[in-house]
Amino acid sequence: METINITINGMAVEAPKGSTILQAAKSAGIDIPTLCYLKEINEIGACRICMVEADEGRGARLVASCVYPITEGMKVYTNTPKVIDYRKKTLQLILSDHDKKCLSCVRSGKCELQKLCHDFGVDDENKYAGVANEFEIDCSAAHMVRDNNKCINCRRCIAACEKTQGIGVIGANNRGFITEISSPFGMGLGETACVCCGQCIAVCPTGAIYEKSDVDKIMAAIADPTKHVVVQTAPAVRAALGEPFGIPMGTGVEGKMAAALRRIGFEKVFDTDFAADVTIMEEATELLGRVTNGGVLPMITSCSPGWIKFCEHYYPDQLAHLSSCKSPQQMFGGILKTYYAEKMGWDSKDIVSVSVMPCTAKKFEIGRDDMSAAGVPDLDYTMTTRELARLIERCGIDFKNLPDEAFDDPMGESTGAAVIFGATGGVMEAALRTAVWKLTGETNDSPLEFKEVRGVEGIKEATYEVAGLKVKVAVASGLSNARIIMDKIRAGEADYTFVEIMACPGGCVNGGGQPQVPASVRNFTDIRAERAKALYNYDENMPRRKSHENESVKKLYAEYFGEPNSHRAHEVLHTTYVERKIHEI
Amino acid sequence: MSSKKTTVPFAGTKEQEEALKKIIAENKDQKGALMPVMQKAQDIYGYLPIEVQTMIADGMGIPLEKVYGVSTFYSQFALNPKGKYQISVCLGTACYVKGSGDVYAKIEEILGIKGGECTPDGKFSLDACRCVGACGLAPVMMINDEVYGRLKPDDVKGILDQFN
Repeated sequence: METINITINGMAVEAPKGSTILQAAKSAGIDIPTLCYLKEINEIGACRICMVEADEGRGARLVASCVYPITEGMKVYTNTPKVIDYRKKTLQLILSDHDKKCLSCVRSGKCELQKLCHDFGVDDENKYAGVANEFEIDCSAAHMVRDNNKCINCRRCIAACEKTQGIGVIGANNRGFITEISSPFGMGLGETACVCCGQCIAVCPTGAIYEKSDVDKIMAAIADPTKHVVVQTAPAVRAALGEPFGIPMGTGVEGKMAAALRRIGFEKVFDTDFAADVTIMEEATELLGRVTNGGVLPMITSCSPGWIKFCEHYYPDQLAHLSSCKSPQQMFGGILKTYYAEKMGWDSKDIVSVSVMPCTAKKFEIGRDDMSAAGVPDLDYTMTTRELARLIERCGIDFKNLPDEAFDDPMGESTGAAVIFGATGGVMEAALRTAVWKLTGETNDSPLEFKEVRGVEGIKEATYEVAGLKVKVAVASGLSNARIIMDKIRAGEADYTFVEIMACPGGCVNGGGQPQVPASVRNFTDIRAERAKALYNYDENMPRRKSHENESVKKLYAEYFGEPNSHRAHEVLHTTYVERKIHEI
Repeated sequence: MSSKKTTVPFAGTKEQEEALKKIIAENKDQKGALMPVMQKAQDIYGYLPIEVQTMIADGMGIPLEKVYGVSTFYSQFALNPKGKYQISVCLGTACYVKGSGDVYAKIEEILGIKGGECTPDGKFSLDACRCVGACGLAPVMMINDEVYGRLKPDDVKGILDQFN
């Protein structure tokens, strides 16, 4: 590899040719602040926070380090008074058209703009006071709010929507001072073909976009003695909930999470993983049924509500490929309000079913039709991992020092197959563990690990020979990758048997409801891989690692459903899809 | 959210649609083709309402927002049709200090439209302009080719009534 020698703040640095100043500095352990820059998807040099002085033999000039390539002999200065003053003025200019209600802002304390202002000693935030925009707040979507009065036009959300997800329902509209990030023709986000994935929220540096929250309603239900408030937690939540409390990324916090939920006041603390095991029972059976009866193949997973909404809007002609299985969240709610309610002698109307999810699309999903197994909605409220972290703080719970506690029985029992649902390839691997076991005569030594489908690559393929049957599978995460697979399926060029698709890149661990990771970390760490490690660790250490070995699930079938895909299972655990359009005009 | 869709019903013809489709087919695979396609679409329809922008987006396989973002960035693109009577009020310096801003506001009030828009019956459209070279008559407005000078807000109604 050809390298280039430069100096940064007088220190000699050698970096690969083609590196930007920002990359070269990072490799030498020097951090340069950024705001608009997102590696690979938003390299636009627009915000001017990453300015440094660079001397290429003609005197030092201010350049944007995130996009400026290094040249041989270049002298870079990252902290001169001129640089600091420039960044400070830029921040003050941003603040001149910014709603500075930081005290009550959902992002306060974790806002990238706030941190920069603090770091650069912006003591007069009204220095350039003048006319300010007054933008209408967009509450039209089921899952989120956009408040452009707190937007700094960095375009990180646009990059996530358009490049990562290949959707593009938001963009920069108008020009100059009145430029606004919004949807076409003044449409609210809820009127567009937004899929509610929340990747825009995950990358927003400020409090301009945030999830809609039902936390106050949940707390009111907990305080109501006539209600049974029951919570379930998705696999990926335990892989990231520690981060807002200073626990290193990739550390699983399942035990502390269960303890915290109990202290908040939930009557039963259950695990979505239980329903993930049920999902495998249903989905593997459905798949084998389609293979033997000549059903529509490939069958595609249906756990990710962002993916489902995407398919309904952009591939409405391909809905027959979707598994009819509800997502684990919805299966859990259905089982809770039928089987468990019966078992406990509770009226399903008195149960308040709550979930904690790494996902914002779940807020849309709970309101879908055909999601009311007991005649009342399977789920009443859902909150994101971020909302739970804020609630834990609000309740004065010392999360870091909580003891590890277990989930309640019976809907807290799960296997290793369930916990890996939170990472791309996890649902596929879990399904293969049970499907191969079934096809090979239900022996205990059937294969356990299918490492070909693991990893953060956007698209993975593998072929397995099982009992004389060739099973070709594909796994995609991130909707721009899903599009590639779907175009192949639509064109009849795909010979897959089974496909797993998750809306968010890397799967739920990197979901739109997970704790926001500042760009200073995000640009140099693979969040997807780090968080997934926590889940595969859990899997390895579980006593049971195949869904069909879950004793509580076996009991559920013996006592209530009979067998997977039975009539009753269809009523409670399966759903239907609707054709949607891209434009509504 | 407040809609930015035009108040005038879309009245595109089959011929116009065919012409647009042909333009899209010719340009679709070229890099940077969006601007020329939008310019030609505006030549065909006179403006770029949501119906036309949707045809462009679908035809070129890009999100509608991409087209809309470009159409609101460049002043050459219009989201609303021009009326039978095109009103332009000069908001240049001389007219403005003589009170053309009040005249402009009065027209908006009487017609119930904002600058850049057209009345639903297609009769009047309103725009601001910068100097028509008649500063001696400030404040000035034009309706099609006719110049009206030394205006007061109270004059507006009588003038507009002449076109009814």
